[in-house]
Amino acid sequence: MNARTPTHALSDMPETVFSVPGMRCAGCISKLETGLAGVGGIAAARVNFTAKRVRVSHLPETTLPELVGAFEKLGFEAQPMGDALTTGDANDTGDLLKAFAVAGFAAMNIMLLSVSVWSGADGGTRDMFHWLSALIALPTIAYSGRPFFKSAWAALKNKRTNMDVPISIGVTLATALSLFETATHGEHAYFDGAVMLLFFLLAGRWLDSVMRDRARDGVTALLRNTAPGALVLDEQGASQWLPASEILPGMTMIVAAGERLAADGIVASGQSQFDLSLLTGESAPVSVVPGTLVHAGTLNLSAPLQITVSAVGHDTAIADIARLMEEASQSKSRYVRIADRAARLYAPAVHTLAFLSFVGWMLAGAGWHHSLLIAVAVLIITCPCALGLAVPAAQIVVSGALMRAGVLVKDGSALERLAEADRVLLDKTGTLTLGRPDPRNLDTLTTDQKAVALALARHSRHPLSQALRLKLEAEGIAAADVSGIAEAPGSGLSGIWQGKSVSLGRPATSDADGLLTTALSLDGQSAVTVIFSDALRPDAKDAVDALAALGLPGSIMTGDSPAATTPVSQALGLTAQTAMLPADKLETIRRLTADGQKVLMIGDGLNDGPALAAGHVSMAPASASDAGQNAADAVFLGDSLLPIVKAVRAARATQRVVKQNFAMAIGYNVIAVPLAIMGLVTPLIAAAAMSGSSIIVVANALRLRGAAK
Amino acid sequence: MNGLLLLIPVALGLGLVGLFAFFWSLKSGQFDDLDGAGMRILIDDEDEAA
Repeated sequence: MNARTPTHALSDMPETVFSVPGMRCAGCISKLETGLAGVGGIAAARVNFTAKRVRVSHLPETTLPELVGAFEKLGFEAQPMGDALTTGDANDTGDLLKAFAVAGFAAMNIMLLSVSVWSGADGGTRDMFHWLSALIALPTIAYSGRPFFKSAWAALKNKRTNMDVPISIGVTLATALSLFETATHGEHAYFDGAVMLLFFLLAGRWLDSVMRDRARDGVTALLRNTAPGALVLDEQGASQWLPASEILPGMTMIVAAGERLAADGIVASGQSQFDLSLLTGESAPVSVVPGTLVHAGTLNLSAPLQITVSAVGHDTAIADIARLMEEASQSKSRYVRIADRAARLYAPAVHTLAFLSFVGWMLAGAGWHHSLLIAVAVLIITCPCALGLAVPAAQIVVSGALMRAGVLVKDGSALERLAEADRVLLDKTGTLTLGRPDPRNLDTLTTDQKAVALALARHSRHPLSQALRLKLEAEGIAAADVSGIAEAPGSGLSGIWQGKSVSLGRPATSDADGLLTTALSLDGQSAVTVIFSDALRPDAKDAVDALAALGLPGSIMTGDSPAATTPVSQALGLTAQTAMLPADKLETIRRLTADGQKVLMIGDGLNDGPALAAGHVSMAPASASDAGQNAADAVFLGDSLLPIVKAVRAARATQRVVKQNFAMAIGYNVIAVPLAIMGLVTPLIAAAAMSGSSIIVVANALRLRGAAK
Repeated sequence: MNGLLLLIPVALGLGLVGLFAFFWSLKSGQFDDLDGAGMRILIDDEDEAA
């Protein structure tokens, strides 16, 4: 490998992991790794391109803003990732892969020996081959079988049953009987069947786990660690950057314009405007003055402020919403996946069948040894191989297809629940709309007015100024030569153009209630008003109509005012509930669920978090708050809402294929089980049937590759 | 029969070597960044040649 690799001598330095969504090519890897190393306390940087992450080893005294600054100098946007996001159950996949590899190795080698037995080895040779098989199979089953044994034991302890119970009983019985056969110079040993069963089932488990990891990586790459910390003033008047976890009530934070709050607090000095949309869904900015209570996670828009911290961590308003979310998400964890529902019917049936075969042959006078052999053959032939593979294979193919279409699905059960949804509830701000203001009436402005507006707007981080600037720059307007530009927090920008005072800012009379406006004046007296509105997402109407056609009628749930909601609800032809608190949204979903409806919740804000967690299934746009993305079952990228429709269609196609796979597995049992009961199944037939049905099921699942088109 | 005494351990041994090679590569992180590994081939290392 050509790029520099950090040496292990650096391991005693603190490491911070950053998410860098902007890396796209080989050049970015070398630029980041060589560009970061040696800059401002950074010892080494290591890029993981697949996860779009950079692991940075740095000196203990280097702070987060300095590190982020180093990324910015190279032209990359970097977000520090919290510890909670980087750890997790990534080891699960690794363990399953190891178990899978061991089972694969064992299955191949035992099959090598078994084929020799089937092709006629007998006497001492056959016994030796059987002993060798046992030597390979026993440690393999002890190692690779653990995921199934553990899960089966956990289920039995709670007096329930799942797919792993028949698997564990089948594998254990088959192994024990084969061992007995081997010791007594018997003709048939089922070591190959038992190990191959584990091999195919682990393939299914591993695919399921890979799918969850991949989606989680995708989502964590999007998460913006909203407020990792703040600049805090100490007693000597010096300022120091502290991470959010070290901020205590009573401290004074200095919050620059454009920064998110790391803690709840009361404004001590300064005047500004706050964007509360993540917290409440309100699209219009709110003015704050000394004495106003402001919440963690909200965005300071226009001027620097000093804020006295009143609550941190678990006491903040955000934490209250998080508690609501946790409570709401418990209903979702009670959902039983389709494979487990199948297992509830399947396991007792299989066990009864095997037991009856045993009893039947005993009554027929076959002797306990022969009867037990047949019972084990029944267990192996009915092995839920195809069942265990049917669901994960279909789901991973579809989640790959959806990922290419811009939808990250977090796990397989999300697809199952998405296919069942029969009602859709949509948040407004940031979900149906883009969540950013867009100037509406620029065509009424003269070229001079546009040029002055651009010159002024460029000097402010206020979202309206930014929106104006983006739109004017896109039109190719050249900025006028305006001098002495100053920004007065809360009122706007002013300057001198051709000897006259010009201004851009809050209109003198705010008559249009619920509309975002800004006034532009070229002579200090008369002013033109620029109206902003939060634009609908492209294809919003198409997406809502397509969902209704799929049998998911929609309606709007928003925390915004009725006046701001009406244009959206009229444009889309939907009914709307307005001014809702997070708890109201949660209550609405609970009521609908109690009526037997399966709600697809689509939302983005922190205020949607509880509703997203409570919905039967939920989706969030990639621009959503961290909480929204964490609570949602799937995240869609880009501005369009059409990926939602694609996801619903793909989820339903998956359910169809899963059901076909189940039907095939049952059909195969209908043919194979009578043979097993009659005692006609040899280990050779069992092996052929097992791999045959697994291959058919996987091949059927591959048909879903184009399901997200 | 004598051939088997030699060949079977050889076959198993080779399989085991493969299995441990896979475990080792997994542990040393070679499967952590599959896309990145493909990209790194394209990086010039002229500035590090010295």
